[in-house]
Amino acid sequence: MKKSLFILVALFASVVASAQVSSLPSVTLKNLDGKDVQTADLSNDGKPMLICFWATWCSPCKKELNTYADYYEEWQKETGVKIYAVTIDDQRTVNSVKPYVNSVSWEYEILSDVNKTFSQAMGVNSPPHTFLLNGKGEIVWQHVGYTPGDEEEVHEQLLKLAH
Amino acid sequence: MMRFSIAVASLLLCAKSWSQEQPGTTENKGQLHGNVQALFQNYNPDEAIGAQVPDAKAAMNTFGNFTYTYGQFTAGVRFESYQNAILGFPNRFKGSGIGSRYVRYNADNLDITVGNFYEQFGNGLSYRTYWEPNLGIDNAMDGVRIIFKPFKGVALKAVYGQQRYDFDSRIINSAGIVRGIDGEVSLNEVVKPWAEKPLKVTLGGSFVSKYQSGETFERDSSVFNLPNNVGASAGRLGVVYKNFQFTGEYVLKINDPNADNGYIFKRGESIFFNGAFSKKGFGVTASAKYVDNMAFRSDRDALLFDVPINFLPAITRQHTYNLAATLYPYATVLNGEVGVSGELFYTFKKESALGGKYGTYVSLNVAAVNSLDTSHVGGRDELINGYEVNSFGFGDTKFVRDVNLEIRKKINKAWSVNFIHYYFEFNTKVTPVTQDFKGIVYANIDVIDVQYKFKPKHSIRAELQSLITEQDKGNWATALVEYTFSPHWSFAVMDQYNYGNSDSEKRVHYLYGNIGYSKGASRIMVGYGKRRAGIFCIGGVCRAVPASNGIEINLTSSF
Repeated sequence: MKKSLFILVALFASVVASAQVSSLPSVTLKNLDGKDVQTADLSNDGKPMLICFWATWCSPCKKELNTYADYYEEWQKETGVKIYAVTIDDQRTVNSVKPYVNSVSWEYEILSDVNKTFSQAMGVNSPPHTFLLNGKGEIVWQHVGYTPGDEEEVHEQLLKLAH
Repeated sequence: MMRFSIAVASLLLCAKSWSQEQPGTTENKGQLHGNVQALFQNYNPDEAIGAQVPDAKAAMNTFGNFTYTYGQFTAGVRFESYQNAILGFPNRFKGSGIGSRYVRYNADNLDITVGNFYEQFGNGLSYRTYWEPNLGIDNAMDGVRIIFKPFKGVALKAVYGQQRYDFDSRIINSAGIVRGIDGEVSLNEVVKPWAEKPLKVTLGGSFVSKYQSGETFERDSSVFNLPNNVGASAGRLGVVYKNFQFTGEYVLKINDPNADNGYIFKRGESIFFNGAFSKKGFGVTASAKYVDNMAFRSDRDALLFDVPINFLPAITRQHTYNLAATLYPYATVLNGEVGVSGELFYTFKKESALGGKYGTYVSLNVAAVNSLDTSHVGGRDELINGYEVNSFGFGDTKFVRDVNLEIRKKINKAWSVNFIHYYFEFNTKVTPVTQDFKGIVYANIDVIDVQYKFKPKHSIRAELQSLITEQDKGNWATALVEYTFSPHWSFAVMDQYNYGNSDSEKRVHYLYGNIGYSKGASRIMVGYGKRRAGIFCIGGVCRAVPASNGIEINLTSSF
C-alpha cells in the first residue's frame, strides 16, 4: 500500500515537473440565457482575458469585481482585455446571479459553473480566484483572494502583456 | 481499487511521454491543473467556551488534486489524508490514500467518464453529486457517466454507480447502486426559425433510481417489505424572455421508506419555481418551494450529510457576516416544508440625490418557511403512509422568517461603507442549531463595515456587529479590524463577546487573530485564538463546527 502510494506520488511529481500548464480545460458552462458555452472555446481575438471565479455569497469576490468595473473601460482601451466572471453559485443562489449582475451594471461575460466542474478543473480552492490569459489563451498569471489595491497588480500584469 | 489508481497513474505517465514526443504547438502539449490544501489545527483545553480536545490534541486534513489533460483524454486523481480529521469534519474519515480517481474521454458529441465523477441534473431536485472540501462533503459517484449530444441543443446524460460514503485510507462506497438518465433540449437551438427569437425555452426531464437489497421490518405487529428499488422522476422548464427569466422543476419519488421519514411508504414530491426581472441598475426575484418527504439517499438508513442523491437547498439567502451566518442558518427540512422568498436589488444612479458621486447599492431580501399543511389519517393508512397533505399552502408551524436590508456606499476614493440589518424568527426545534434553547428565537442583527484605503495598496477595514435576542444565548457583539497590504499581506484581529448570556460564566470574549500571505496562486493563513461553535455554510450546505482554542494553519496552492 505504502509502496504504491510512493510510486503514485513519484509519478505525479514527474508529470508536474514536465507538464505545460497552458490553456483552459474543456467544460460545458451556461451563460445567462441558459445557453451552453464550452470553456475551451473562450477567446478574445488575440487579446488578453481575465477569468474571475466568484459567487453572490462571497463578499471579497463582489468587492473585486465591483472594483474592476470602475476600471474596465480604461483597461479595455489600453489592452483590449475581456473579463469572464464565472459564478460558482449553486442551486440555492444561482437564480439571483442575473438580477444581481444587472443591478450593479457589470459589463462582463457571466458564466455559471453550478456544480463547480470548471473551478475544480482549474484547481480553484475557494473564490475569489483570478486567472490572466494571454492572446494565445495561455494562463500567464493567477491570484487568489482579493485585498483592496490588487487591481494595481492586475493592471501592471495587463500592461506587461500589451507591450 | 488500488489497481484502478495505478492504471490512472500509468495513463498519466503515458500521456506525459506522449506529450514529450510531440512538441510544437500548444494544442499538442498535455496540460496539468491541480491544487493542494493543508489544514492544521491544535486544540487546547478551554472549559469556559466548551472547547473539545481530541486525544491527539491536533488534527490535520490534506488533499491534492491532479488533473492531466491530453487532447480528448483527461485523467484525474485526488490524494487525501486525515491525521486525524479536523473537528467538524466527519470523524470517521481516517488515514491517507486515494480519495478520487477517474479517466475521461471527451470528443465533440460524446463525453465518457469512468471512475469518480460529479454531476447535476437540472436544478438538482432529482440528482446532484458534488464535492465541498471545506465542509468534508463528497457524495461522488463511482462508476460511469456518459454525456451524448446527438445534435446541437440536445444533451443526454446517463450515470450508473455507487456513491462515496466514507474514507479510510481509500474510498468506501455506500451499499446502494444509483442509476439515472437525463435529457435537456434547448428549443431555440433545435428549431431553426426560433434561433434568433427573444423567447428562449429549455425543457428537461430525468429519471433516477436506486437499488438497495430489501429487508423486512415490523411496526405495530405488522410486517413490511422494504422495496429493493426506489425511483424518482423530474421535469423542468427554463424560460428567458428579454429581461425576464423563469425556471421551474417538479420531482416525484415513490416507495421510499427510510430513516429520515420514519420508514413510511408515502410518495415524496417537491416543486421549485423562480421568476426574475432585471435591467441595468435594478433586479427583482420571487421564488416558491414545496418539499414533501424528499430525503433521497443511496442508503435508506443513512442520515444528515450522508449519501444524498438529490439536492434541496434552503430558500433563505446565504449570509456572509459572522453573527448572521453562523448562529442561526436555515437548512431545508427534507421531510416537509413550504417556503417563499423575494429579493430586490437596486443601484441609485451616480450623480443623483441618493447616489452621490459613485452610486448607492441597496438590496432587500425576504424569506418565510413553514411546515406542510398536513393531517393525521389514522388507522392502518397512518401506519403505512404516515400523514396526508391537505394543500400546497403553509402549515401551522413557523420554521423561519428572514428579512434583511443592505446598503452599500462608496463615499470617495478612500472611504466606503456597508450597512446591513437582519431580522430573524428561527425555530430551533425544527432546525436544531443550538442545545440551549428550544423554540422560536427572535433576533435583530446590525452590521456596519467601513473600509479606508489610505494608500493605493494599503487599507484598513473595521466591522462592528450586534445581535440582540432574549432567547437562546442572548446578545452578542463582534468587532473586527483588518489591515491589508496588497498584493501579499493581511492582518486581522476579531473579538466576539456573548455579553447577553443569562449564565454569567458564559459571558466570554472570543479573541482571535490571523495573518495571511498570498503570492500568485498560493496562500498561507496562520491564526490563533478562541473560535466560537457555529454552523458554517458554503453554497447550499452547512455543517456544525465545535468551539476550539488553539493555532490553525491553512495552506492552499493551485497550479
